[in-house]
Amino acid sequence: MVGLGQVFLLWLRENLFFSWRNGVLSVVVGGFLLWIIFLLGDWFFLSATWSGGIEDCRMRQDGACWPFVRVRFSQFVYGFYPSVERWRVNVVMFVFFTGIALLVWERTPWRGKIVLFMLCVFPLASWFLMRGGFFGLADVSTGRWGGFMLTLVLASVGIVTSLPFGILLALGRRAESLPFVKAFCVVFIEFWRGVPVITVLFATAFMLPLFMPASVNFDQLLRAMVGFILFSSAYMAEVVRGGLEGLQRGQYEASDALGMTYWQSRIRVILPQALKIMIPGILLTFIGLFKDTTLVLIIGLLDFLGMIQAGISDPRWGAPNVPFTGYAFAAVVYFCFCYSMSLYARHIEKKFSAGRDRRH
Amino acid sequence: MNQESLNRKARGLFVLFAAGLFAFGLGGALLLSPSAQALGGGDGGEGDYGKTLKEVTDKGYVQCGVSQGLPGFSNPDDAGNWSGIDVELCRAVATAIFNDPDKVQYSPLSAKVRFESLRSGEIDLLVRNTTWTFDRDVALGLEFVGVNYYDGQGFMVRKNLGVNSSQELNNVSVCTNTGTTTELNAADFFRANKLKYKIVAFEKSDEVVAAYDAGRCDVYTTDRSGLAAQRTKLSNPREHKVLPEIISKEPLGPVVRQGDEQWADLVRWVLNATIIAEELGLTSANIASHKNSDNPKIRRFVGSEGEFATALGLEDNAWAYNIIAKVGNYGEIYDRTVGPKTPLGLSRGDNALWTDGGILYAPPLR
Repeated sequence: MVGLGQVFLLWLRENLFFSWRNGVLSVVVGGFLLWIIFLLGDWFFLSATWSGGIEDCRMRQDGACWPFVRVRFSQFVYGFYPSVERWRVNVVMFVFFTGIALLVWERTPWRGKIVLFMLCVFPLASWFLMRGGFFGLADVSTGRWGGFMLTLVLASVGIVTSLPFGILLALGRRAESLPFVKAFCVVFIEFWRGVPVITVLFATAFMLPLFMPASVNFDQLLRAMVGFILFSSAYMAEVVRGGLEGLQRGQYEASDALGMTYWQSRIRVILPQALKIMIPGILLTFIGLFKDTTLVLIIGLLDFLGMIQAGISDPRWGAPNVPFTGYAFAAVVYFCFCYSMSLYARHIEKKFSAGRDRRH
Repeated sequence: MNQESLNRKARGLFVLFAAGLFAFGLGGALLLSPSAQALGGGDGGEGDYGKTLKEVTDKGYVQCGVSQGLPGFSNPDDAGNWSGIDVELCRAVATAIFNDPDKVQYSPLSAKVRFESLRSGEIDLLVRNTTWTFDRDVALGLEFVGVNYYDGQGFMVRKNLGVNSSQELNNVSVCTNTGTTTELNAADFFRANKLKYKIVAFEKSDEVVAAYDAGRCDVYTTDRSGLAAQRTKLSNPREHKVLPEIISKEPLGPVVRQGDEQWADLVRWVLNATIIAEELGLTSANIASHKNSDNPKIRRFVGSEGEFATALGLEDNAWAYNIIAKVGNYGEIYDRTVGPKTPLGLSRGDNALWTDGGILYAPPLR
């Protein structure tokens, strides 16, 4: 029997030290990594202030100031949502994360029904629950929404609506027999992809009301959502088009030959296969969208990052380590969410590519 | 075959034509919209008089545009309430109308969208550390109704630099924000005084502070209120001092839409009332005892004499009394937001009453 230590040594020699150049490189890079880890660990944990207030943070300026995050945590999550009404947000978040967990776990029964619930019932129900104004629920205007809940609302609305719109736009772009539809789709996609996201948000925030009758009071948050839906569906359309074009021509011809109508062929043959190819691309678009939500700061909505920045500006929390702590906290949270999405994307990709390999 | 390719070509051209038409229409709509906006909002006419107050009364709160976080001017506190000298003015306006300082909804606005938000009617009042300049007042369709803080650009240095006046700043490196008037003002100042200098500019304030704190430059220049706020973020604030000279005028004040003089008057006199109360010695603590004063100035102020409320379109003749009782006079507001006992620690300076050596002066209430 070879001991575990010997296996480790063997692994070291084969992977890190198989030539002298390789060995030097391993030592340099490894040392650099350890140094970074040590610096970060020291700043995040060892030298950090864990309890107390601003005076304690001023005393220990070489580390993070966690009391700032602890005191402001509920603000970072709920924004200016009134504290007695926050249970409503909690209910929505609980259902949201439970739903996602159930869908990610592949052996959940009734997944189809859960998908339908999460896509159709849940968004409307949670909007009305958080907005309130009926059945004795206090009215909480969207101006008071903020922090992480706003980030989630914007990202999930953009993500959920962009997929159907994106599919329609992509199909429209490939509809050779309908020139007007095709023209509309081409211009729509290229226009929204061709302008910066900030411009889109700015335009929907300040120009959308001009096209509406004066009596329609259009919520600032709704306008931001419209902006997000417009550009995210344009981006999604291009991902979907990539999937559609990745399919072999035979699939289209075979479904036509079977006498299927256009929609029958798309829904039963083309899209299920194309969507499988697209899943990694779709999830990557979602990750981008999730991060793009921070841009709503420009039009006066304080999302997660916006609330942190506003918190940093409080003169009562004036210390050199407070801004770094705020941004570090934001970075960790964004990283956790984006990395888990990208892990899931990789998992799905592996699953489907395994499926493809078997078929060949 | 040939016929088919011809067909395809024709179809392609047709698609191109339709796309062009659509793009043209979209562009036209985008181009037309600013003029549509100017007609609808900006200039206004007689039809706008009294419109804002009516809308505010109908919806039951004032929509107030503030900054997204400027220390001492408007920032959320630990409890999630907005605080700061700009926020207090919003609260004072709400108190004059509703006798309730909490009937305000805040719109945290970036510098880029603040005027657009005001003109489009998104907000009723903009109190966002906005400098009153000719261009903004005259050309943008906005109305500045007063000054709630006299700011100006200043310099901060390390005490061990041994400099006591900005005239002594020779051969120094100056940290500041890129592409702002701050940078230009500093360049003008050094050139006019024939002093040698080097600008070290950064995009964001956090970067400027970090660079100055790390010793990459000798001087940090921005508005004095900003200097005071950023000083709290230095590793050792006591080692630094703000030089006495001011090199630019930055009168910060509340802004309303042009065309609704009633609303402009209301905001102007809410601000004036807080200043007059300080002149009269009325504070939130003692104003109740002055309710039945014999002094005619105070009698007019608390609403026992005169009909000032109806002239402003308000219902409660004790509007000024309510402001002082629930929000406080200018001095109280100043002390609690940016004054010497706050982390900013700004002395009154120019913002003291004219009787105390400052330039704060309100026309008489009569």
